[in-house]
Amino acid sequence: MQDALKGIRVVDFGHVLAGPYCTMQLASLGAEVIKVETRARPDEQRAHRGDGTHANLEANSNFFECNLGKLSCSINLTTDEGRALAKRLVATADIVLENMRPGVMTKLGLDYDELVKVKPDLIMLSLSGFGGTGPWRRYAAYNPCFTSVGGVSHLTGYTEKKPNTMTNSGGDARAGTAAVFAAMIALRFRQQTGRGQYIDSSSCEVINSMIGDQMMDYAMNRRSPRRHGNSDAAMAPHNVYRCAGADEWISIAVGSDAEWQGLVRALGSPDWALAPEYATAEGRWTHRDRLDQSIAAWSADKSYYDAMRLLQAEGVPATPSFKAEDLFNDPHVLARGAVQEVDHPVLGRRKTITPPYRLSRTPARIRRTAPQLGGDNDHVFKTLLGMGDAEIARLEDAKVIY
Amino acid sequence: MQGGLKLKVIELCDFVAGPYCGKLLADFGADVIKIEKPGRGDDARHIGPFRDDQPNPEASGTFLYLNTGKRSVTLDIETEDGRAVLRELLRDADVLIEDRMPGELAGLGLGYEDLQALNPGLIVTSITPFGQVGPYRDYKARHLNLYHASGQGYLLPMWAINLDVPPCQGPGYLGLYDGGMAGATATLAALFWRDNGGSGQHIDVSIQHAMMALERSQLRRYVDDGVSPNRTGKGRLLESLVECKDGEFAVVILSSQQQWEGLWRAMGRPEWGIKPPFDTQKGRSDNYAELRKRLNDWSRTVTQNELFHRIQTEGSAAAPILTAEGVFKSEQFRSRNHFVTIDHPVAGPLEYVDQPTRLPNADLPAKRPAPLLGQHTAEVLGGLPGYDRDRLQRLARNGVI
Repeated sequence: MQDALKGIRVVDFGHVLAGPYCTMQLASLGAEVIKVETRARPDEQRAHRGDGTHANLEANSNFFECNLGKLSCSINLTTDEGRALAKRLVATADIVLENMRPGVMTKLGLDYDELVKVKPDLIMLSLSGFGGTGPWRRYAAYNPCFTSVGGVSHLTGYTEKKPNTMTNSGGDARAGTAAVFAAMIALRFRQQTGRGQYIDSSSCEVINSMIGDQMMDYAMNRRSPRRHGNSDAAMAPHNVYRCAGADEWISIAVGSDAEWQGLVRALGSPDWALAPEYATAEGRWTHRDRLDQSIAAWSADKSYYDAMRLLQAEGVPATPSFKAEDLFNDPHVLARGAVQEVDHPVLGRRKTITPPYRLSRTPARIRRTAPQLGGDNDHVFKTLLGMGDAEIARLEDAKVIY
Repeated sequence: MQGGLKLKVIELCDFVAGPYCGKLLADFGADVIKIEKPGRGDDARHIGPFRDDQPNPEASGTFLYLNTGKRSVTLDIETEDGRAVLRELLRDADVLIEDRMPGELAGLGLGYEDLQALNPGLIVTSITPFGQVGPYRDYKARHLNLYHASGQGYLLPMWAINLDVPPCQGPGYLGLYDGGMAGATATLAALFWRDNGGSGQHIDVSIQHAMMALERSQLRRYVDDGVSPNRTGKGRLLESLVECKDGEFAVVILSSQQQWEGLWRAMGRPEWGIKPPFDTQKGRSDNYAELRKRLNDWSRTVTQNELFHRIQTEGSAAAPILTAEGVFKSEQFRSRNHFVTIDHPVAGPLEYVDQPTRLPNADLPAKRPAPLLGQHTAEVLGGLPGYDRDRLQRLARNGVI
């Protein structure tokens, strides 16, 4: 089996979510990703849990979820020798990623201007909430800040309710995923021209660019769109409907007359559905509240799987609002190979989600579990950097390799 | 010719997911040739937003944004003549992006195996709701359905007061963009490998799978404890939405003692904030409802802007909830050139959100507008061997182009 990014080495100074999320995907495509971390100041994602700090740095399942397939070496960047060592490693790499607060890498002497001296065609990605330039560049940001400033919080939720900052898929995961694209496009340009890049990525800008169509209403009409729950400006029915089981809901989106007729058949052609006002898309939209009530009455005694099958059999776009438990056991998800079991020395064998793209000749896959802190020191320091045992022992004593 | 991506891409896609994939390549200079149905064109041409709400298929905001920098060719691939033209276009293309239902192109003699025989270096990227394999591969799904099918919808709106609040889709067409982003990333990886001694290949993107993978941090909580997380909260103290004096909203971060201390200083160091129960993470978590009330009592005395800068000046994180207007007026977005003005023959000059990935060492061409329907048909097809003016006129008469 071949790997798309075979031969590409990534040095990963990422921590928490967005940065690690990016490099994990590069690893799934075949890059060798080496996480540089230290127990002097562990990745928050290793250390933090619930309302406090956790003693075991190898037991966080969210760290596992965002660091699959990587190697880890421990280098204490607060020491001069540690920074020199990191630079030696970067000199062998193609891509460097970091998501510290803007300015920190400069303070460490590990910013692009310094690193490009040891690797002239380096591709470096810096991820931050607001970006590395501009009046807010020193400001702190976490996922809810990305989604808020990026304009998606205002558009999420129900019209009559408050805006919603979303889960961390909202900002962190999308920022990390966009960074994979950025790394790939930079790599393509390097292949084409031989030149590297410095990419200063703002998570707020990334998330805003993914609602760029919504922004056009302001560009054209000086109008800011509002959140609108599950509804659509033209389609009806277009909503979720309660089903028989506990907190089970089916989503239905009818966008054509043919789909409407399919829905009527799936419901057994009830009399109410033949009302003339429902014969046109406009009529269905105008009377959508009453229509929603009738559909909800139909779905109330069905499981959401049954509702999906009945509607899809008639060509109606309909899916349950799946819960995590459904997804990890759903026949389609399993048939696609979207779930896989991975062993971990502390967490045990557990299910996780695979990379979303299937490449026929260079499959993206989870190559190994998440690394233990410094678990690949031998490989990195001996094999890659050619260091001797004595030097390594000295650096360990000095808490440089730490 | 400037130094953009040297790629020829054929895009056989409608609406959002596939076109976003094409845009991600076109905005970096790739020659993306969009195949549109004669007459109607891309579905996105018909959904707006439109200026003054006047429908015009040449000036839909969604279409304009998602198709910047592409060329448009009208072609009916339901006809044999149309398919012959498409094959000719694909003979020397690098990438085909397509979003037909699984098996549909194979039924037209345009499946991956057919195309591989025509052009072994071709990368075919298929982006569909549920991917090419599995029992739901033929299921239909729109953005609403995919948001819910991926597990993301079930978790929204986050912080719902109880489970009587129905689960909710995400904003705009965010989930469809996720599919396009996955497609573009995989396409570039495949191109890198092809030109590094490999060959063409077929890429199968499931939008459901892409969205599910994005939600992994929440979904894994089921693997942790056997209980599906839901929208009533993540069970721990992380953040709070607050309402400001000017009626605007903001978010404050409560995830650590350090965050709290900066927020507390910004509030003017109120005494209650250093006394039990509010002096520890646990105490604040256990008394979250009362904490939120006190935070809002303070936030209603300051504007959104004052709150944001005061907390950030104290070293803690906070953010204003911005509307589209807020984004367009933000000094931060402005100073980083987040917008680009593009002139379009029908829609005129408008400010678009630009690509957030900027490549300082690439000499990219200036941003070009989205194409008019069939704007480049003669230009593109006229360059194909054997397609002289007479033949093109015949195809046009027969409604093929």
